[in-house]
Amino acid sequence: MRKEELQDILSEARERIAAAASHEDAEGIRVGLLGKKGRLTGALRSMGDMEPEARKEFGRLANEARAEIEGLLADKFDGFKAAAQRARFLAERIDVTEPGADISLGTRHPVTIMIDEIARIFMGMGFSIAEGPEIETVFNNFDALNAAPSHPSRDLTDTFYITGDTLLRTQTSPVQVRTLMSQAPPIRVISPGRCFRVDSPDATHSPMFNQVEGLLVDEGVSMADLKGTLDAFAKSMFGAEVRTRFRPHFFPFTEPSAEMDMSCFKCGGAGCRVCKGTGWIEVLGCGMVHPNVLKVGGVDTERYTGFAFGMGVERMAMLKHGIDDIRLFYENDMRFIEQFK
Amino acid sequence: MLVPLSWLKEYVSIDADTDEFCGDMIMSGSNIEGVASYGEGWDRIVTGRILSVRKHEDSDHLLVTSVDVGAEAPLQIVTGAQNVYEGAFVPVALEGCVLPDGTRIKKGRLRGVDSFGMLCSAQELGFEDRTVPLACRDGIWTMDEGGAPGTPFAEAYGLVDAVVDFDITPNRPDCLSIIGMAREAAAVFDSRLVCPEAGAGGRGGGKASDFIEVEIRRPELCPRYIASVVTGVKVRQSPWWMQKRLMLAGMRPINNIVDITNYVLLEYGHPLHAFDIRAVEGGRIVVDTASEGEIFTTLDGVERAMGGGTLMIRDAARPIGIAGVMGGLNSVIRDDTETILIECACFGSEGIRQSARKLGLRTEASARYEKGVDPRLSETAAARARALVELLGAGTVAEGAVDVWNRAEDAPPIVLRPGRANMLLGTDICPSEMRDCLERLEMAVGERDGAFEVRPPSVRMDLKEEVDLVEEVARIYGYDRLRPTLPKGGCAAAVPVGYALRGLAREALTGMGYNEIQTYSFAGPGAAEGARGLVRIMNPLGEDNSAMRASLLPNMLEALGLNCSRKLARARAFEIGNTFAMAEGDGPPQERMSLSIGAYGGADFFALKGAIAELFRKFGLELDCEAECGEPAYHPGRCARALAGGRAFGLFGELNPDLAERHGINARCCAGELDIEGLIAAADMARSYSPLPRYPSAERDMALVVGEDITVRQIEDVMRGAGGGMLESVRLFDVYRGRQIGEGMKSVAFSLVYRLPDRTLTDTEVSKRHGRLLSELESRLGATLRDA
Repeated sequence: MRKEELQDILSEARERIAAAASHEDAEGIRVGLLGKKGRLTGALRSMGDMEPEARKEFGRLANEARAEIEGLLADKFDGFKAAAQRARFLAERIDVTEPGADISLGTRHPVTIMIDEIARIFMGMGFSIAEGPEIETVFNNFDALNAAPSHPSRDLTDTFYITGDTLLRTQTSPVQVRTLMSQAPPIRVISPGRCFRVDSPDATHSPMFNQVEGLLVDEGVSMADLKGTLDAFAKSMFGAEVRTRFRPHFFPFTEPSAEMDMSCFKCGGAGCRVCKGTGWIEVLGCGMVHPNVLKVGGVDTERYTGFAFGMGVERMAMLKHGIDDIRLFYENDMRFIEQFK
Repeated sequence: MLVPLSWLKEYVSIDADTDEFCGDMIMSGSNIEGVASYGEGWDRIVTGRILSVRKHEDSDHLLVTSVDVGAEAPLQIVTGAQNVYEGAFVPVALEGCVLPDGTRIKKGRLRGVDSFGMLCSAQELGFEDRTVPLACRDGIWTMDEGGAPGTPFAEAYGLVDAVVDFDITPNRPDCLSIIGMAREAAAVFDSRLVCPEAGAGGRGGGKASDFIEVEIRRPELCPRYIASVVTGVKVRQSPWWMQKRLMLAGMRPINNIVDITNYVLLEYGHPLHAFDIRAVEGGRIVVDTASEGEIFTTLDGVERAMGGGTLMIRDAARPIGIAGVMGGLNSVIRDDTETILIECACFGSEGIRQSARKLGLRTEASARYEKGVDPRLSETAAARARALVELLGAGTVAEGAVDVWNRAEDAPPIVLRPGRANMLLGTDICPSEMRDCLERLEMAVGERDGAFEVRPPSVRMDLKEEVDLVEEVARIYGYDRLRPTLPKGGCAAAVPVGYALRGLAREALTGMGYNEIQTYSFAGPGAAEGARGLVRIMNPLGEDNSAMRASLLPNMLEALGLNCSRKLARARAFEIGNTFAMAEGDGPPQERMSLSIGAYGGADFFALKGAIAELFRKFGLELDCEAECGEPAYHPGRCARALAGGRAFGLFGELNPDLAERHGINARCCAGELDIEGLIAAADMARSYSPLPRYPSAERDMALVVGEDITVRQIEDVMRGAGGGMLESVRLFDVYRGRQIGEGMKSVAFSLVYRLPDRTLTDTEVSKRHGRLLSELESRLGATLRDA
């Protein structure tokens, strides 16, 4: 074969490759030139008959031609591949505004969410969780908590009784009594759980509700510590801008006792519907543990002092989420619960 | 406690406006429910005087009045009230006036007669029914006395006032009085309390002891009894200033004698009672208990049977009052009463509490006695009542009083260590400031060995020990002045295992799309009960809540039913809560945490089973199921006992359709209840690592035809038995029933994975093993390979 012939193959290949309209076209060209029976392959095969000098020269030219053709074909194939993918992408376009697959996470009950949130904050301050039974003794629920025998909360109109000396606990404070009787100071516990009082259900009353109570007993614990701890809690729960105030109050099991108010998170204290125009919202009851209560646990009241507090979980959740009817918590409409996902 | 500020300020001078007063009182512990303003916005309400009253010609019930309102001509006003009379002073709302309830007064025409304004009732001016004088309760507010017609009514009658409603805590009965609140205010505003002068009393009416003698037979129930006597009683209306104060403080003016006792009750917080002395036979008062079943008619006309032990006021022959609760009809003050006995007694709180409870009768007096009345105050209150009788000219007060006092020993002073107070409060208050706080509260403060010896005023019966005084110091010093600190030291927070694992269960179930619900712990009479019966409540709210639940399932179904009735197409729910059961023997009722789960709307048995299996896995347990067909709550062919490690943990399955329907669930519903406390005890929370496989696996499928009665569990057991160490896992991926398979047969298809931990399996090995599995299945379960 002559060099001229090689030139012809190359220039024809250039033309045909440039004109190839599909992957199949290009593949046909490749086979026709570079396949086992291809023209260029044939040309190379024919070199065997040549003189060594001429063969060397012809071989160089043939390899150059082959490299050029291969390069041109590769570009062509890439082009076709890219075009095919573009077409596919176009065909596979979707409407991303259609809804996602029907996957739904369940949600904890808003009361549980609130308890978990309260527990998280107090556990961060070293409080452990303590639990106790819902059917309690009159002793643990009232006597040990320094409630006078005539205290109205003991009445059948206020407390559910099972027998003369057992009742449905009206507060989770009996857990404090159990803790004091079973554990020596230092003590830091919170006790979340269900409580019961004789109230017919309405928007703000429920015969069953949840409380979280806390107890801290150690050497040198002061009312200033109580204020600091609960102020930190309020800020953590309702936001750093919240202010607290402590008003003297009365509870049989604490002395001095206080109620903690929080500046209204809705209006910031200017007065609105949430805070009934006062700028303050009553959040919880608290105080320094009464020596009579500490004595039940055999605590040396000269050496140890402590504080206690208690809050209604539903009330906190109602405040935080703007819920206006406590009955919603126990009705269990999925549309209510799922709002707290 | 309603406190008209004008009344309070008679005893203490306060240099603060109402807002500031309220704010400071709240911060010292006297919480406030609200403040009512009287006289505000009464711009066009003036004093009127009725000149004439005539009947409306075209009406049976309307009256036409002519009223002098200080204008040139009197106004003609038509009224429907029947209690108007010539000469009466009345509040008149002129045209354009807006009443407190928002009603606008316009010129009107009633049955052809023009009416220029409105005669007002006390209720229309914002007074509650219970405070309106008896005479004008159902009509216009008419008064015998009054100022010049036309003057603004509020000013003329001294009704521009703020009434503060204090919320008094049960430990402070002393604050249930104007003087009690004045004492608080004096301490808070560092002012001085000035109590009213009690007159000497007794000018020419003889001696009280000439009329009466007193015997206390039960001194433990009645520490003190003071009897004062008034002769020549003239029962009539009280003067306006007294009526006004009673009304503003929430009490109805009745007549001068009753009003005086009520006035002293409000002023000092000490109940009094007046008897007609004609009814006191033998001139003797005997304080003694009733005999069981004794019948007595109280002044409200109700005949009551006394319990034994109820303390009574008797005369020489019979009972004339229930001590501290209510007087008798036989000794009530009448219009012709001439001589009265005013009882000012101290009854013990426990005795009165029991009397009131047994009788089911609570009165203003009993409520006060229950909270505790100071016997020393009895003397002051009795003297005040006598002074008021003279002031009002209601009669002639007999000299002195018959006073029987079983005086208890004085309590020793309370020791307050200033160092201890500062420690407890976290403050550095200097002792002199502490003393000042106490003295502002009228406490006598002595000093001994660096500590204070404190004697509180006798009315402060709540102060018993050192911490009580620490609170007094703190609240006068100001809680807001305590600088917040955080407690020193610390503990590592711990969570009980059960609490933590219940949290994990919630996490697992919510992760699988189940919502947590919470339902009441109560149950009705028809509820499922344990072997020993339901735990019953002595005083339930109603029959439906008369016991404690023994199972969570009924509440779950109720919740699902509610959602179904509200047209929610699907629901997935679980609850974790206590169930209750009677204990064996005399032990306390048992509580056990349980878990209910339920779903409807695209949820079948296997969906529920999958969720429960995953929950078990979270607890390190492998769920195993056993068919249960005898449980009436469930579909007999679709119910399983949930097992793990051979132990049963509860039932679940498709609900019996009748039960679902009863709960209003009109869809296929699956539910179950698991003993989560048992699961927690059995849980294996340790996780140890097993190395990931290093050699490739070989997967083979196997589609079998077996009889309907052969369970997947049986097939898997045979496969595992024959698979030896080579069979890594078996997974069912299809079950098919149909014509090609034949009646009573089913096709079950499994995907099997073969693997060895230490080398690559050859194709021949796998085929050999797979074949052995098949022949085992054929011989043991009659399984055949399904044709491809």
